[in-house]
Amino acid sequence: MVSLILVSHSRQLAEGLADLVRQVAGEVPVVPVGGTADGRLGTDATAIVEAVEAVYSDDGVVLLMDLGSSVMAAETALELLPPERSARVRLSGAPLVEGAVAAGVEARIGGTLESVLKAAESALHEPKF
Amino acid sequence: MLRPKHQQFVRGDKRMDKEGLLRLLEKIGQRIHEQRDFLTELDNAIGDGDHGHNMDKGFQAVHDRVLSNPGPDMGKVLQQVGMALISTVGGAAGPLYGTAFMRMGGLLAGRQEASLEDLPRLLDAAIGGIQQRGKAVRGEKTMLDALIPAKEALEAAISAGKPAVEALADAAAAAEAGVEYTKTIRATKGRASYLGDRSIGHQDPGATSSMLMIQVLKETLQERDQ
Repeated sequence: MVSLILVSHSRQLAEGLADLVRQVAGEVPVVPVGGTADGRLGTDATAIVEAVEAVYSDDGVVLLMDLGSSVMAAETALELLPPERSARVRLSGAPLVEGAVAAGVEARIGGTLESVLKAAESALHEPKF
Repeated sequence: MLRPKHQQFVRGDKRMDKEGLLRLLEKIGQRIHEQRDFLTELDNAIGDGDHGHNMDKGFQAVHDRVLSNPGPDMGKVLQQVGMALISTVGGAAGPLYGTAFMRMGGLLAGRQEASLEDLPRLLDAAIGGIQQRGKAVRGEKTMLDALIPAKEALEAAISAGKPAVEALADAAAAAEAGVEYTKTIRATKGRASYLGDRSIGHQDPGATSSMLMIQVLKETLQERDQ
């Protein structure tokens, strides 16, 4: 089963979103990563590495991020991971909330790494109204 | 080959050893700490107002984790600095400066000493890391607008055969001019890009922190040569 990691500058935002995703994602491992170790707003690439290590399986891991520097932190985390792991980790360019929910549903029904990524990214093209 | 400490470096020496690097890092941390409110004020105007505080946190971690327990060579020390910044800064400066220090560390792997001639290559590695991470180029109101001119000025000074202190003075002057230049352009990267043309007139906080580091490097060599 594909795992999801939700990266935000805000711990509350990441945790709140993880709650929302778990509602629809059943057994899918969903890990929120947000804020710095000392509780400031921000992102920490080493915390993302730990999150990947915590839920890693060869089925793969999809990361969804909020704003600019969380993308940089996620890319940095990919470089810090052993290559055999980072090869099964994908960064999604999807909007965080819609993308995470879509990815959670696809992962729950047994989607592959590529199909979960595609489901998340389809949220880019779904207007709210 | 070990030399007695007191004669390790003579006036005009173009080299720096691991102890020198640790002193430099300490001084950079002090300067960032002194300037944290100024950096935050700059970031308040066009960003999310945390650059000074974040950088101060990062260099506090450098102090606590690296200076007290430095790795065996200059490359390892620079990589430790990169990891400390990546894991504690919080904002974009963490991955950006963190990657820059990691790349510089890669170049100095196993080395106990670096010379002035290594510095343009080190700056190139730092600039390359920042460009890759930030997907920015020169002229977008970022750290690169201080670092790239500094590197170019340094290369020109070395080609002209200038002594280390003068070469670093040229690099610092170019970084200062680069920071001034960021006042005249609009941000297209990062949080400041949301402001569009309203970012014009403000100097970039990232370019400013890069300039501070180059200034400290210049001052460190000047003090050593006195």
